[in-house]
Amino acid sequence: MRLRIKEHPILNFEEEKKVIHFTFNNLPVTGYEGDTIASALHALGIKKLSESSHWKRPRGFYCAIGNCSSCSMIVDGEPNVRTCITLLKEGMDVRVQTNKGEIHDK
Amino acid sequence: MINKDLVIIGGGPAGLCAAKMAAEAGQSCLLIDRNRTLGGQLIKQTHMFFGSEKQFAKTRGIDIANKLVEDVRKHPDLIEIWDDATVVGLYQDKVITVLKNELYIKVQSKAVIISTGASEKVLAFENNDLPGIYGAGAVQTLMNVYGVKPGSRIVMVGSGNIGLIVSYQLMQAGVRVLSIIEASPKIGGYKVHASKIRRLGIDIVTSCTIKKAIGTEAVEKIVTVKLDEKWNEVPGSEKEYEVDAVCIAVGLTPLTNLQSMIGSEMKYISELGGLVPVIYPNHETSIENIFSCGDASGIEEASSAIVEGYITGLLASKKLGNVHPRYDELMDEYNTQLNNLRNGPFGDKILNGLKKQGA
Repeated sequence: MRLRIKEHPILNFEEEKKVIHFTFNNLPVTGYEGDTIASALHALGIKKLSESSHWKRPRGFYCAIGNCSSCSMIVDGEPNVRTCITLLKEGMDVRVQTNKGEIHDK
Repeated sequence: MINKDLVIIGGGPAGLCAAKMAAEAGQSCLLIDRNRTLGGQLIKQTHMFFGSEKQFAKTRGIDIANKLVEDVRKHPDLIEIWDDATVVGLYQDKVITVLKNELYIKVQSKAVIISTGASEKVLAFENNDLPGIYGAGAVQTLMNVYGVKPGSRIVMVGSGNIGLIVSYQLMQAGVRVLSIIEASPKIGGYKVHASKIRRLGIDIVTSCTIKKAIGTEAVEKIVTVKLDEKWNEVPGSEKEYEVDAVCIAVGLTPLTNLQSMIGSEMKYISELGGLVPVIYPNHETSIENIFSCGDASGIEEASSAIVEGYITGLLASKKLGNVHPRYDELMDEYNTQLNNLRNGPFGDKILNGLKKQGA
């Protein structure tokens, strides 16, 4: 995980964090406790989170604070989850969203 | 329906300070924030603040956030906090609807302070939607909150204070900043920040903008181009950079969805970042008892949001019949502080904007 910050002059990221297992498009991957879905994927080098609904252009996050909705993914079957503000949880099923999302019963 | 006299929407610097002043005046309030952590965007500001000691100069943003949250938590009897709760509606009868733990809750209020902050602007260029092209605030959040680098080779677009400060923070995180480009002929931010950046060997190229991004699944390259004095592209001046991330720091725009939704009078004022509510002398919008402060009523700095929050907290509690024991003294002091802040290097622009904003 080359994108994880190890040394920092002001902040402390050295503390060992609990590993969280989840799947990305069926592929088993891991992140850390405290990650959002988007930060965990970014640390794995995964930047494409969704496709634009009409032209199917690749989309990643833009604002990372839940404003822009560019990071919408399908999480545990639920579409349009803003993954930049949704905390990663053990066993989550995370998928790239390629359409507007469909209404479903939980 | 839950009844609350005063509801403060947004727990960043402005909202936290408004809540503190209300509590000191004996006014109970409900503070609602959509994040899990209060403090707004201060929680990712690792740099020390400028300005006066009164607004925490020489203190890091992250520490200011802790201090302001601590102030609010001193009044558990008067300040109720709902975090991880998103306000989704604000209606003319002052009913607020909130999404909290997947529940839709209605709150009937008597007065509301909107302190929802701002969102980042985007820049129009070819392929600006490619993954890896991030707002400057997003880059800060990713690095300073989650400990993840946005990439390993990055170009910063925009040389305002945010562009300069985030470039420095990128270097601290071990990211290579290839260049900072700035469309205008002058560096936008403070000279002291720009000099610090240049001492680290980062080039700041003025009269230069991003022409396009290139990549399939994510950004791989960008092309920049120089601009002449009329802001037209200079043919043949294109330059390519190999990057895995681009940071867009072209300013902020107020988050005014709630002011618009309730129908308060709005104005487009470019000096304040875009569409803003018209503000009356007691910090109300055109709708009585709907107050607005901080970046949500015009983009300034966190220090100004802090002071505006204090002032609005005093005014709103007074309107509801709870006058702070030191009301006059504090109003004088905070108004003086605000004037001093607005006498700074960017003060003219702000004052111009505020002149247009006042009812």
